Amino acid sequence: MASNKNKFGFDISLGRQINYDANNRNIAEYLFDKEPSMRRCIECGGCSATCTTAGFTTFSLRELMILIKRGETDEVYMNLKKCMLCGKCTLVCPRGVNTRNIIVLAKKAFQKSDEYAI
Amino acid sequence: MIIDGKKAVWKDYQKEIADDRYYYVRSCVRQNFFPGSETAFLKIMREELNKDVYEHPCHTSCSGIGYHSDIVPVETTMTVVARQFAIMTEAGYENLMPSCITSFGLYTEILDTWHHFPEVEEKIRKQLKKATGREFDKPKNLAHASDVIFKFRKEIGAKAKYKLINKNTGEPLKVVDHIGCHYAKMFPSKGIGGAEYPYVLSGMIEEWGGQVIDYPERRHCCGFGFRQYLVQANRGFSIACSKEKFESMKPFKPDMIITNCPGCPMFLDRWQYVINEMEGKRYGQNGEGIPVFTYEEVAGLVLGYDPWDLGLQMHQTDCEPVLDKIGIDYSPEDKYNLETVSAFSKSLV
Repeated sequence: MASNKNKFGFDISLGRQINYDANNRNIAEYLFDKEPSMRRCIECGGCSATCTTAGFTTFSLRELMILIKRGETDEVYMNLKKCMLCGKCTLVCPRGVNTRNIIVLAKKAFQKSDEYAI
Repeated sequence: MIIDGKKAVWKDYQKEIADDRYYYVRSCVRQNFFPGSETAFLKIMREELNKDVYEHPCHTSCSGIGYHSDIVPVETTMTVVARQFAIMTEAGYENLMPSCITSFGLYTEILDTWHHFPEVEEKIRKQLKKATGREFDKPKNLAHASDVIFKFRKEIGAKAKYKLINKNTGEPLKVVDHIGCHYAKMFPSKGIGGAEYPYVLSGMIEEWGGQVIDYPERRHCCGFGFRQYLVQANRGFSIACSKEKFESMKPFKPDMIITNCPGCPMFLDRWQYVINEMEGKRYGQNGEGIPVFTYEEVAGLVLGYDPWDLGLQMHQTDCEPVLDKIGIDYSPEDKYNLETVSAFSKSLV
């Protein structure tokens, strides 16, 4: 049905509530299964602070990990592509999370899912 | 929890509701939204329950809509409310029964303010005396009109011509109850069931044969608010709230929604049309909307009043699916026949 938004002079605002019932958390479940160290992440942001890519782009591994866990993955895949896989984040992680592997696996997961099939 | 324990806890969530001799204050907006509701309420109270309900033509808006929109200062609102009390006192009544949830919340808020700050009450008394020459006593009992219908739900149920039961399947209708935010969210002790477990509408639904639906966003606001609706550009926030509720209740396949606030039925009803226009979504069964009723309309239907006398033709979302499910006898061609409707209204004068 054609949108009639202009007729009313306003639009339906998007909620900022995290809807765990409706969100698809398959990617997160896949990563937890394949790289269990992801469960140890405390979202300290050490990975983002040391990230070379983050110096030049809006890439933030901390943010992407949170979005993946929430199931809000619409923009995650395009952002993951910015990573150069240098591995500095893995070296600084205080919890020993294999962040580099998480990025590699996440890319695979997105490519496997129908939504992001190439 | 053992049943006795539950009953003991539940006692804390009850309120005192007067038996008779009510001073009724109408809502300023309801008569435009669903004009049959207050008329039906007065008919039920006076003719079915034989109660003394007094209303005065000179009472005004409580000004709550202006107060909550940050337009009317609180002292002005208090003085307007004091005038309503003065009219009640002059008529010899002590039990205040507002039709509107926001009025109910506002009266509760003002009485509580005066309780904690007696000097404010004195100031308002002086202002009212100076402005109008009136004096007032505070109401001894303050109950919303839905509280009173809740109190007499069994009497109404005993006289019921119809039950909230699907006549084809024999199953109870699935009913969503929606309580106005100002009913008990500000002063939980003033509402039946408090803020978390308001029972005022659920009690009516259960008594009249329906099944109450519990869904995740049951206590969410309908989105009326005041500021976010009055400014057109902000209405996206308002409709987002209603949409949140519809999305949440849809999987439970509700047959109807019952509300006890002036704004909630208006917005839950009208926004269904707007959402459908914007996104092509409907939340009822068979591609229809979910009909939204006020509790007076439902009480009237249960008692066998004509749906068009109750003003159901004023609803944006068609009510006929529910009428057909219950098996209510109505005439589709009279839906917009003003002569029959005005005869009902005149019968009360």
